[in-house]
Amino acid sequence: MTAVSETPVTAFEDNDQSPVGYGRMLRKEDPRFIRGKGRYIDDVQLPGMLHLAILRAPMAHGRLVSIDTTKAAAHPKVKLVVTGAMLAEKGLAWMPTLSNDVQAVLVTDKVRFQGQEVAFVVAEDRYAARDALELIDVEYDMLTPVIDVRKALEADAPVIRDDLEGKTDNHCFDWETGDAAATEAAFAQADVVVREDIVYPRVHPAPMETCGAVADYDGVDGKLTLYSTTQAPHAHRTLYAIVAGLPEHKIRVLAGDIGGGFGNKVPIYPGYVCAIVGSLLTGKPVKWVEDRSENLTSTGFARDYVMRGEIAATRDGKILAIRTNVLADHGAFNGTAAPVKYPAGFFGVFTGSYDLQAAYCKMTAVYTNKAPGGVAYACSFRITEAVYLVERIVDCLAHELDMDPVQLRLKNFIRPEQFPYETKTGWVYDSGEYESTMREAMRIAGYEELRREQAQKRERGELMGIGVAFFTEAVGAGPRKDMDILGLGMADGSELRVHPTGKAVLRISCMSQGQGHETTFAQIVAEEIGIPPADIQVVNGDTDQTPFGLGTYGSRSTPVSGAAAALVARKVRDKARIIASGMLEVSVAALDWEKGAFHVKGDPSKSVTIQDIAMRAHGAGDLPEGIEGGLEAQICYNPSNLTYPNGAYICVVDVDAGTGRVKVRRFIAVDDCGTRINPMIIEGQVHGGLTDGVGMALMEIIAFDEDGNCTSGSLMDYLIPTAMEVPDWETGFTVTPSPHHPIGAKGVGESATVGSPPAIVNAVVDALKPFGIRHADMPLTPSRVWDAMQGRPQPPI
Amino acid sequence: MQVPAPFEYERATSVEEAIGLLEKLGDGARIVAGGHSLLPMMKLRLANFDYLVDINDLHDELGYITVEADQVRIGAMARHRELLESNELGAAFPIFADAERVIADPVVRNRGTLGGALCQADPAEDLSAVCTTLGASCVIQGRGGERVVTMEDFHRGPYETAVGAAEMLVEVRIPLRPNGSSAYEKVERRAGDWAVVSSGAAVWMDDGVIADARVGLAAVGANTAGLPEISAALRGQAPSEELYARAGEIAARSCDAATDTRGSADYKRHLADELTRRALRRSVARINERA
Ligand SMILES: Cc1cc2nc3c(=O)[nH]c(=O)nc-3n(C[C@H](O)[C@H](O)[C@H](O)COP(=O)(O)OP(=O)(O)OC[C@H]3O[C@@H](n4cnc5c(N)ncnc54)[C@H](O)[C@@H]3O)c2cc1C
Repeated sequence: MTAVSETPVTAFEDNDQSPVGYGRMLRKEDPRFIRGKGRYIDDVQLPGMLHLAILRAPMAHGRLVSIDTTKAAAHPKVKLVVTGAMLAEKGLAWMPTLSNDVQAVLVTDKVRFQGQEVAFVVAEDRYAARDALELIDVEYDMLTPVIDVRKALEADAPVIRDDLEGKTDNHCFDWETGDAAATEAAFAQADVVVREDIVYPRVHPAPMETCGAVADYDGVDGKLTLYSTTQAPHAHRTLYAIVAGLPEHKIRVLAGDIGGGFGNKVPIYPGYVCAIVGSLLTGKPVKWVEDRSENLTSTGFARDYVMRGEIAATRDGKILAIRTNVLADHGAFNGTAAPVKYPAGFFGVFTGSYDLQAAYCKMTAVYTNKAPGGVAYACSFRITEAVYLVERIVDCLAHELDMDPVQLRLKNFIRPEQFPYETKTGWVYDSGEYESTMREAMRIAGYEELRREQAQKRERGELMGIGVAFFTEAVGAGPRKDMDILGLGMADGSELRVHPTGKAVLRISCMSQGQGHETTFAQIVAEEIGIPPADIQVVNGDTDQTPFGLGTYGSRSTPVSGAAAALVARKVRDKARIIASGMLEVSVAALDWEKGAFHVKGDPSKSVTIQDIAMRAHGAGDLPEGIEGGLEAQICYNPSNLTYPNGAYICVVDVDAGTGRVKVRRFIAVDDCGTRINPMIIEGQVHGGLTDGVGMALMEIIAFDEDGNCTSGSLMDYLIPTAMEVPDWETGFTVTPSPHHPIGAKGVGESATVGSPPAIVNAVVDALKPFGIRHADMPLTPSRVWDAMQGRPQPPI
Repeated sequence: MQVPAPFEYERATSVEEAIGLLEKLGDGARIVAGGHSLLPMMKLRLANFDYLVDINDLHDELGYITVEADQVRIGAMARHRELLESNELGAAFPIFADAERVIADPVVRNRGTLGGALCQADPAEDLSAVCTTLGASCVIQGRGGERVVTMEDFHRGPYETAVGAAEMLVEVRIPLRPNGSSAYEKVERRAGDWAVVSSGAAVWMDDGVIADARVGLAAVGANTAGLPEISAALRGQAPSEELYARAGEIAARSCDAATDTRGSADYKRHLADELTRRALRRSVARINERA
């Protein structure tokens, strides 16, 4: 590892460099976005295009009695009205979810959550489509909803999923990991056991662009072109082929530019299927774009785990074991996005960054009358919940032992020489220098000085808190022997073509939603073959043009697709070397590679550039024996393990004792994501994730009233942080490359979202220490903080 | 995109024309000023109207802020941003800038108007609390001419005002008295959010004692309400922490707090107390600074 002290980069010029490879450079895609030339879903305009609007259920649980569409169908601009019954005739009323459950495309029997899709209208314009929804008469019988997750399994709870054969309760699945007996034994010999009930409330990814699709079915050609907001274009294409029975080569999914995903655009939503059906039935392109309330109330939520955490330790602070019991609210359909063998995602990393003797988790997942989802909202498959649990419970232990939370962590970290380290739940962490990373954060923060300041303030009755969190993520899913989504292996392809003049095009299977792939991936290739990033076009998001792969979520782009990009470039370089040996008339072994050119060993004047070689590869004249023309290659990368980025976060808050208001004064984030490709883009990812963390820690929650009405259906109610709530982020880094990854990169897209909520909550709880408080649940709104100060901390659900 | 139900649109170029249009178009017509309260409700289809009468062209006529010897007159079309940036208004009533800084965001403040804010009569509306605190009165104009009502009479209940059919609010008048100052305190969950609770205070001093004082609260009752009991308790007293505490205690006791997503009723009562103390303290400090 190398700890590099960070010179803060503030000026635009500092980033305006043109490295041939890794380094700071402005994003190639940004001129397009800044000038309003991005192509988002609502920008798609096709000749003759019709517009689709969806009628949604007003209640959380109700039986569909009748539905009358005559008035809507008679609207002069309406072309088509479709109900669940009509879809059922075509076998399309239900579709598979990402977790092998089924979800209704349109309600046929009963409504299972407020906002569920009941019918759709296709009309000449979106205004008429929306107006016509009000002309559909639906009669429902109200049913008692199941809203409180803790009561979902009570004997008299109404059964939500009576569509599943033989279903007599709201049980979704059970899952466990670790060793129950060994953990029990460790707890039995512990001096100290701490228990805390910890809720990670339901939140929503709330991307700036809502979900939508334009389906364009060509009846002559039999080809369906689907423009859609998807983080996984190839996986979606295969699923449409399976669900709709269309031949896969006759489906083209085009993602275009995506205005934020955060996991929200991983699933297939009923709206996409409705748009396809609309186009099939009308023979016209059909556009469906959600409004904000539809996005917040019906598409994939995240979290919603009610956790009991238990930690066992010796009196002097050696952690022995962690145990947890989780009640998971999956909503009306199990739409969790996770590899099939991992129904709880990668929650198994709840053992954190610590060397334990034992660990055990038992989870019960239930159905409730709430929107389905459980998407990987910038969480690498439930790692957000896991990290929050362990970092909160470790702080509770520090509180109990009256020990500094940093000292407690330092004492228990997995040590560098223990890597690769297999955790008690079976995850093999690749590399890490946790103590150095922690100390770097402490250095930037001036940790000791902060503690002194806090002590002085406490004497004056002022509430200042310092919160620490250390996270380890498991990202880059994943090895195909263990990981698939609905049977599709999680390997990713990459294809590189170098044109005669030495410019190149790289086609990748993952899908940017703002992460800057067009820049980062060009830099990865540039580093390997010495063609400047500006000369490398990166293509993603078009299934007709790119190789198969599972898309972007769970911080998998760089770990999986990035590895593919590096390896395909090396394959091209290997061929270039043979061509160069012919051009320079020496053996391959007599050549040295210096980024961008081969030269004869010992004689740098005899050299050919990659551009010269490209021209030769496509030009006239002989090539070395057995070498075909052209300079291109394709590969599919199957990762041998996940990568494990980690980081140390320190948060400083001031709490207004009179109002309970929390001000995040400072936030120090030291990330170790292995090799750093473009530090500017990494910082951007970290800044965004930290802001997200402030949202979850302090204000975000998708809440329901007791009747199951969602009370967070607009951005006036579902609060997202603004620049006013966040400090100037202080970032730093250490570099511990992943040993098994071709370029040592680990992925960083979600680190900050995972690591920041516990740091902020730990800081607030630390500020409230004079009140004897050990735990308070998110979101820490002023009211909830004040309630905690009064000794009445309430769980949010 | 959220799509409102169909409606027709008219644009008025004078107060007379606006009133004439309202009269002609009847019940289904609504004035649109900044549109920042009305349009969101229409987009969510919580409110549907047959006609909108746009009065933005009346900004020239009704966008003024005029400070006179014994009163300040503000036209109904004065925008949040103009109220925030007016030095004269800020000098007379610092409470305006205090409040405007925490009302919504620049996008909303560029368009939203004083008239729209008062006529929306949202119980959490900040400018209503400001005007109540300052003892403002509202000038309502109809076919038959003008009438002037106090803030107490202007607000009839949540989302209900004294403005009748074919009438509009044209001006707000605020009495200007010597040796006074004012302040506004608000707790919101996030910048741009509506108040969890807010409290405005105005204090007038005479020879070291409080000659008069008023407190107005938002988000803890059907309407932003003045609290005469506090005025009575403060009048003739020298300012002190004990006095602010007494005022805070009255505020907490007299407000009508309900638990909702913004906060618990207990918390809101506590805030009514805490913020009232802070607003009074700051008002007095401002008077002292000037002296
Ligand atoms: C995101 C957001 C956040 C906000 N946050 C806050 C906040 O923190 N605090 C706060 O106080 N407000 C807040 N608001 C409301 C904002 O201040 C509105 O602009 C204001 O309440 C209404 O002013 P308007 O000119 O936009 O009125 P409009 O929306 O145009 O009209 C509102 C109502 O008043 C009527 N009306 C308008 N003018 C007249 C008139 N002259 N005579 C008779 N009737 C009239 C209209 O018919 C309508 O019924 C927020 C709004 C938004 C969108």
